[in-house]
Amino acid sequence: MPEIRNYTLNFGPQHPAAHGVLRLVLELDGEVVQRADPHVGLLHRGTEKLAEYKPFNQSIPYMDRLDYVSMMCNEHGYVLALEKLLGVEVPERAQYIRVMFDEITRILNHLMWLGTHALDVGAMTMFLYCFREREDLMDMYEAVSGARMHAAYYRPGGVYRDLPDHMPRFKKSKYINDSKVALLNENREGSLLDFIDDFTDRFPTYVDEYETLLTDNRIWKQRTVDIAVVSPERALQLGFTGPMLRGSGIEWDLRKKQPYEVYDKMDFDIPVGVNGDCYDRYLVRIEEFRQSNKIIKQCSKWLRENPGIVMLDDHKLTPPSRENMKGDMESLIHHFKLFTEGYSLPKGEAYAAIEHPKGEFGVYLVTDGSNRPYRLKIRAPGFAHISAMDEMTSGHMLSDVVAVIGTMDVVFGEIDR
Amino acid sequence: MSDYYNKLADSLRNRFAGKFDECFVSVGELNLVVKKENLIEVCTALRDEAEFHFEEMIDLCGVDYSEYGDWDGERFAVVYQLLSIKNNHRLRVRVFAEGEPPQVTSVTDVWNGANWFEREAFDLYGIIFDGHPDLRRILTDYGFVGHPFRKDFPLCGNVEMRYDADKKRVIYQPVSIETRVNTPRIVRDDHRYADRMTEEDSSNA
Repeated sequence: MPEIRNYTLNFGPQHPAAHGVLRLVLELDGEVVQRADPHVGLLHRGTEKLAEYKPFNQSIPYMDRLDYVSMMCNEHGYVLALEKLLGVEVPERAQYIRVMFDEITRILNHLMWLGTHALDVGAMTMFLYCFREREDLMDMYEAVSGARMHAAYYRPGGVYRDLPDHMPRFKKSKYINDSKVALLNENREGSLLDFIDDFTDRFPTYVDEYETLLTDNRIWKQRTVDIAVVSPERALQLGFTGPMLRGSGIEWDLRKKQPYEVYDKMDFDIPVGVNGDCYDRYLVRIEEFRQSNKIIKQCSKWLRENPGIVMLDDHKLTPPSRENMKGDMESLIHHFKLFTEGYSLPKGEAYAAIEHPKGEFGVYLVTDGSNRPYRLKIRAPGFAHISAMDEMTSGHMLSDVVAVIGTMDVVFGEIDR
Repeated sequence: MSDYYNKLADSLRNRFAGKFDECFVSVGELNLVVKKENLIEVCTALRDEAEFHFEEMIDLCGVDYSEYGDWDGERFAVVYQLLSIKNNHRLRVRVFAEGEPPQVTSVTDVWNGANWFEREAFDLYGIIFDGHPDLRRILTDYGFVGHPFRKDFPLCGNVEMRYDADKKRVIYQPVSIETRVNTPRIVRDDHRYADRMTEEDSSNA
């Protein structure tokens, strides 16, 4: 009898299906996974420690770089924690803008997830389709903040500037001629809201296209149905949130249950799965596309009808206008103090959580009355999800490991922090 | 919401009399400081009893209080953020760790999801969790020395890494940069938040 031993396989950290820098040590019995030991931390930058040495506002751009596919949602969590301790109420228009951009971000995130997940499982076309739509969403980010990804747009007290009246347009060059330019600029003639409305009108048909390709696709179903089933009890025990929890059949969404900003005025539904497998989590996220689209439409309608301020007028917290700074001594002093020393928060602690596309993104902030956080803890949803890797993959085949990584929607910027 | 949490605070006080040090509401959030020896008992009760029903542990983190104002308590604390899906409420539990290395009992048997969060707190703060099945470092490099989130650990670290052309491998050497303070820590003793503070004190009394 020859001696048969388990085979240990090293997966990653440089692997296209590892979604970044995941190193997995897999113990295999033939092709069946016996134990999975994820090694994370290869992207650890110490964001929380760095934030302890900076005024509060200077840490907002760090938040973009946590989960780098849903930038504004991260900012939102941090800014909410600050506002909770400051005890300020944000102008209503800023709240609508935040909700709208949270949902744009949710679509942005889910498109990335769908494209890469499908690519891992073998459907190349999805990746190309999803990135086509992401381009439009990135243009919205750029129009409003000047940056395609790392926006730093949400600030304590509101958002940095109001929605622009016109979209940036393509120009003629030696690569694109007049008729191509006209075609590209077709939906960019009006304001940002016109561009967003045009997108929300088109987007449901795109989701139908994705569904035509995947939902009844035999290969897709073979790769996802009954893979990594998580029961509702286990999902709670393991600290799952967001679509991972809803896929297991628990109706829990912070936007509905503990509403922040103006989510209580929005009309939308929470999709819930039944079996808790990869396919149900896929269906949940697909339905979230449609619901997010619905929320964006409602926000856009409200924003058209209700102009107003988007940032508090409290210059201990928000910068004064450039114009005032030229002639008003007080404004100049406020500006200088705000951008050098920053503002102080009262001594205390607060935990603010938002429904991030991946789950519950929480920020726990301890302050000692100074202009810098004493301790900042970022609760990344992906961290809890990937810790369940061992439980979700053991007993499955090696090829299912990539499907599980895909379904968890992991991004190492937030897991390693 | 604050009224709801004040009521919940009262039932926590009655249920866990003698097993906690503090129980208070601040900025609309309920806090419970548990005595170290009662941690598992209190956590199990918080999870199982219908009135509390905190079936999910959202977050666990370490805090180093060594430079916190005029702090005279224990240096390290472990903070748990709990969530009840059924009752839709939250609770923050805090337990102080004694000794060096600081020690706390592991809650992995109460909430399995605590496993990696405890590894993280061990890695970053050096807090030992008794009864943890697999207490390894998680975020820092293989072979890392020290616990980087402690307040006495410098921001720029102790060692840096570079490729040595002579030895033809990557080596560690002491850091060549100096720690500098870009923004000093400033406490403004004005009365901007004074009203809110007195309001909260009176509601907790």
